Amino acid sequence: MYREPMTSLLRRGRVFLLPSTLLLLAPAAFPQSESTFPPASDRQIEFAADVQPLLKTRCFACHGSAQQMSGLRLDRKAEALKGGYSGVVITPGASAESKLIHRVAGAKGVTAMPPGTKGLSAAEVGVLRKWIDEGAPWPETEIASAAADTTKKPLHWAFRPIEKPEAPAVGNDAWIHNEIDRFVLAKLEKQKLAPSAEANKATLLRRVSLDLIGIPPTREELAAFLRDKSPQAYERVVDRLLASPHFGERWARPWLDRARYADSDGYEKDWVRPYAWRWRQWVIGALNQDMPFDQFTTEQIAGDLLPNATVEQRVATGFHRNTLTNREGGVDSKQFEFDAALDRTNTVAATWLGLTMGCAQCHDHKFDPVSQKEYYSMLAFFENLKEVDRDAALPGEIGPYLQKRDEYRSKREALLKEYKVAELQEAWEKRMLEAAANPGKWTDWDLAWDCLLKLTEFGDGEKIIHIPSEKRTERERDILIDHFIRNYHFAVGPKVYGEVKFKELDGKLRELYSSYPQLTQAMTVAENAEDGHYFLRVRGDYQSKGIEVHRATPAILPALKISGSGPNRLDLAHWIVAKDNPLPARVTVNWIWQELFGKGLVKTPEDFGTRAEPPTHPELLDWMAADFIENGWSLKGVIRNIVMSSTYRQSSKARPELETVDPENALLARQSRLRLPAELIRDSALSSAGLLSEEIGGKSVYPPQPKGVMDLGYGSRSASMWPESKGSDRYRRGLYIHFQRSTPYPMLVNFDAPKANVAICRRDRSNTALQALNLLNDPVFMEAAEALAYRTLMEAPPSFDQRLQWMSETALSRGVNDQEIARYHRFFEKQKSLLASDSGAAKELASAALPGIERTDIAAWVSLASVVLNLDEFVTRE
Amino acid sequence: MSPQEAIAMQSRRSFLRNCAGGIGTLGLAHLLALEGRTATTAPHFAPKAKNVIFLFMEGAPSQMDLLDPKPELQKWHGKALPASVTKDLKLAFIKPTAKVLGSSFKFEKHGQCGMEISELLPHTASCADDICLVRSVTSDAFNHHPGQLLLFTGHVLAGRPTMGSWLTYALGSESKNLPGFVVLPSGAGTSAGSDNYTSGFLPSSYAGTVFRSSGDPILYLSNPKGISSESQHARLDLLNDLNQDHYKQTGDAEIESRIQSYELAAKMQTSAPELLDFSKEAPATMEAYGVNQEATKAFGTNCLLARRLVERGVRFVLLMHASWDHHSGIVNGLKKTCGATDQPVAALLKDLKQRGLLDETLVVWGGEFGRTPMCEIRRPDDPNSIGRDHHPTGYSMWLAGGGIRGGQVIGQTDEFGLQVLQDPVHVHDMQATMLNRLGLDHTKLTYRYMGRDFRLTDVSGQVIKKMLA
Repeated sequence: MYREPMTSLLRRGRVFLLPSTLLLLAPAAFPQSESTFPPASDRQIEFAADVQPLLKTRCFACHGSAQQMSGLRLDRKAEALKGGYSGVVITPGASAESKLIHRVAGAKGVTAMPPGTKGLSAAEVGVLRKWIDEGAPWPETEIASAAADTTKKPLHWAFRPIEKPEAPAVGNDAWIHNEIDRFVLAKLEKQKLAPSAEANKATLLRRVSLDLIGIPPTREELAAFLRDKSPQAYERVVDRLLASPHFGERWARPWLDRARYADSDGYEKDWVRPYAWRWRQWVIGALNQDMPFDQFTTEQIAGDLLPNATVEQRVATGFHRNTLTNREGGVDSKQFEFDAALDRTNTVAATWLGLTMGCAQCHDHKFDPVSQKEYYSMLAFFENLKEVDRDAALPGEIGPYLQKRDEYRSKREALLKEYKVAELQEAWEKRMLEAAANPGKWTDWDLAWDCLLKLTEFGDGEKIIHIPSEKRTERERDILIDHFIRNYHFAVGPKVYGEVKFKELDGKLRELYSSYPQLTQAMTVAENAEDGHYFLRVRGDYQSKGIEVHRATPAILPALKISGSGPNRLDLAHWIVAKDNPLPARVTVNWIWQELFGKGLVKTPEDFGTRAEPPTHPELLDWMAADFIENGWSLKGVIRNIVMSSTYRQSSKARPELETVDPENALLARQSRLRLPAELIRDSALSSAGLLSEEIGGKSVYPPQPKGVMDLGYGSRSASMWPESKGSDRYRRGLYIHFQRSTPYPMLVNFDAPKANVAICRRDRSNTALQALNLLNDPVFMEAAEALAYRTLMEAPPSFDQRLQWMSETALSRGVNDQEIARYHRFFEKQKSLLASDSGAAKELASAALPGIERTDIAAWVSLASVVLNLDEFVTRE
Repeated sequence: MSPQEAIAMQSRRSFLRNCAGGIGTLGLAHLLALEGRTATTAPHFAPKAKNVIFLFMEGAPSQMDLLDPKPELQKWHGKALPASVTKDLKLAFIKPTAKVLGSSFKFEKHGQCGMEISELLPHTASCADDICLVRSVTSDAFNHHPGQLLLFTGHVLAGRPTMGSWLTYALGSESKNLPGFVVLPSGAGTSAGSDNYTSGFLPSSYAGTVFRSSGDPILYLSNPKGISSESQHARLDLLNDLNQDHYKQTGDAEIESRIQSYELAAKMQTSAPELLDFSKEAPATMEAYGVNQEATKAFGTNCLLARRLVERGVRFVLLMHASWDHHSGIVNGLKKTCGATDQPVAALLKDLKQRGLLDETLVVWGGEFGRTPMCEIRRPDDPNSIGRDHHPTGYSMWLAGGGIRGGQVIGQTDEFGLQVLQDPVHVHDMQATMLNRLGLDHTKLTYRYMGRDFRLTDVSGQVIKKMLA
């Protein structure tokens, strides 16, 4: 079992752990007094006879030729004297100041070396001290390094260059639709297995519709497809679906999972991010227009750094803004900026490279060739980011905005004047700056200052208040004024705040704002003007700076090309999608495969490292990756290729003979049945009911949810935090549901939607009782059942059988057999008899009358429809 | 493969033999876990406790007003502490020069052990001999959300599973008809919200299920409007028949697992109301918990529910009472919060003990960190507005029951309550000790995610031997 060998005591803030006596007497752990260590040996010491054997037996295992933990290598003179990630460890002439001695003597506050011991013996420490005190003499003749250097291991498969393999020859050529099938079939034939038959047409249509646009086919689409006997019928459907604007919605969702997209900050107050959706809209648009994946990548990672970056390219960088934010009072903002950089690095590594780089935050990666130094060299690309909120108008917004702008501005100014904002604000600003310069002098103003740092919306309050007011931009002015009006009470208390009536003013300003056309905003990133200095953090602790590092990419992968003065994020983006970088293409086609088969050719999409299981079909993976790049990084091209293959079109039925040879379906002798993701279950229900809104993009929506869900968040949010959507917004697709990280929409959580804290590259597919309760009893699903029943009764021919047939075709994309009809009918009669004695219940199930149909009949149909929407078949892609 | 995975695999295999063919993916194992079929999992060693009741006092209760008397502060009251003492402190809101606030509350010795406890907690004090009070708990975080994350997930950043999830993942639950990890909130909402009971990167079936005090106790528990219980029955029967048919056609064991999830849902629909029905509780019990008094009603009801839940084999019950975040109005605030919680807590301990359940139930009381000896003054013009700021070092928590040696105090803080002088107990140590009582070695309970084997105790944690009975 794997375990971190070095349990570190010095963790974030752990300085508090020191007993107060130590704090008072010896505030810093170093330098420690001579007397705390065993004394230097008093005998004659020789490097080759005394020191080197000691280092060899006690240190080389971790700090030798095979591995260099914490960047320290003790078997070579130059490296040993240079030190490790935390700096120099041997200070010639001063053993008491040498970190090497602190470690091997087991000094307080550091982990003793070797790990798991209390250090070396007093005699051994004495030898090392004597040697260091004598100037650490190290003769140039070195012993030959251990064997590790002599045999070079072959490169791990994922890091090897992609070479497009020839598709293998197969026996059954008739089965082959495209090259994908050759790779799959060749393997099956080797095992003497036959692939499964093609799924029946109805199943295939439902499958490909759910996979490409996330909405089941309509009855009409089903009928048309069944009628179309031409050999191109399926291909036509595929092309229709790929061209559908719903394609971007379906494929945005797994990308949003990777980007840890949410509509709120995450921590504590968990403020709503009212414009997070603007980036989501960009993703949907980019996928719909099949933006080449290299461009898709570059714009999200570094769109702001592209020459003459457009607004849309800047919007794309919102990818990085999905990281969590903490606005708690007293939070160390620098620490959280650092945490955000970690998150951005780990997210980019998992999403594009399939590398678990986060493992190298505290120490060299244990399994993959990523050193801790390389990790911090990657982190450095993200450490100089600044967060910028900006105007990002959507088509049609600018005209009306400009037309009404002057009127809006003058009304706003009039309101500010009426409430004497300028005078009060001037005094407030003056006092705020005084308070900031004299912390502790006025406790109320201290708090007000902290709030300026944490609670400014859409900007950096601390920066703005330091700009002389006449030099502020209009945007900066507005930001500070709004903050002042909303937070003045922290400084002056509730009484004065009540007297100036700022609460009333705030309400009027907000109302004014929303009654005029405004420009949509976007959360983006930019680079700080000045280049920073970047450091390795010892044991991953933000406060423990180690050696300085420079922006670089891991040495195991092709070299980074630098375009300008120094490597920046744009160079990183170009490096990621450089044709010789073998990872992103492999990772991306694997992701697409996973979406279409339930499991990737590499089972761990986030980990292509040495501990991951190798691909089941390595040649196929490489063929697709090479093809992806050759075809201009077209995602739709990859998807089209896969769904056109015979492999994809197979039936998903279990085959008993396969269960023993291939229980995990790794050989792909059939398709897989997959429970739909949370959003698509809801979309399917609403679509079957005829309720689904087909609007694409836009703000997040708030469909009905049970009372009390929001109460569980910070400070018991009131119901006003969930402004329930009206009209068609209640029926928007699941990916538009407002995601409040601390109190997420229950249905999404129940069905394994990610919590949006870290990059998620594959979702679980669980079956739980809570899911069952959700589908059975949630009013949202009952409403869908009711609508499905009414649709059926109004549109289908009047017999029970015909109605059932119609409902089944609509919701399940198939007809019903006689046995099923009989079973449904028994249920229907039973419901009717139960409802006959309970007219109130009938009205609750069926809210409206229909001419010529008894209310109890309608209600029984609603009940029946609700069962259809609960069927395993309904929530599963066959 | 971890033992729990092995067991899940085994039951899955026997399950598959019984239903002739098909293979379950994740879902089946999850369902088994939720239903408690993994309860037969052998822990790493013989457990001392079966279940946990965690009384989470959200917002950071003031240890120097409740459990850790600091008479020295009276002498310093109104004065700033020496700079040498405060210079390395990290503070959320106040500055190191803030004036000291002596406690307004008296402490007395209680029980045979002579444990000093504040007058604010007279009922808890009557259980002193059962309580192991730890006065030296230390957190790495001094803000609420990170502090709560550290307490429950072992890490200050969001994304990892919580203690209850780890336990149900490791041990399953003996309860067949109820979730294995139940959350009972009272008071206000918490800073970390659902992060306090999330399953993190573990499958979502290990997340805590919230039992709500109004509306449906479990979301979507009751039948929709217009669906009677007979009607519901009929719906489930039809659903079952049709799903069975489909299973026969496709041979996918996932369908069996979905069928079972509906059976369990139906059982929950009957067992949850039974759980919530207090009519068979003795009037004296109801009174002891304060179920019918306004002040104690919410938390008292949750305490009584907690006992009923562990009686039914639920593995981890998390009570969350918010908020103890007394930055201002601390005197009245503490009176109110203690008034709402003290009596029910003691009633729970005594009730568990009297029923012989305390030995097998580990009860833990505490928050995410403690508070400063210095005074926070948000409104200088209002003397009632005073309070205390956050302080992560040397705060107090207590444990009782399941394999814990009661009647003792562990750890000692300095005269100001700023630093730990003796027996430091990091939050990770607390977690390691709790897992130990459940028969789990915290270094062996791991889950691989993003290439790494994660633990509740991250990369540290030691079992505190002194706590063990």
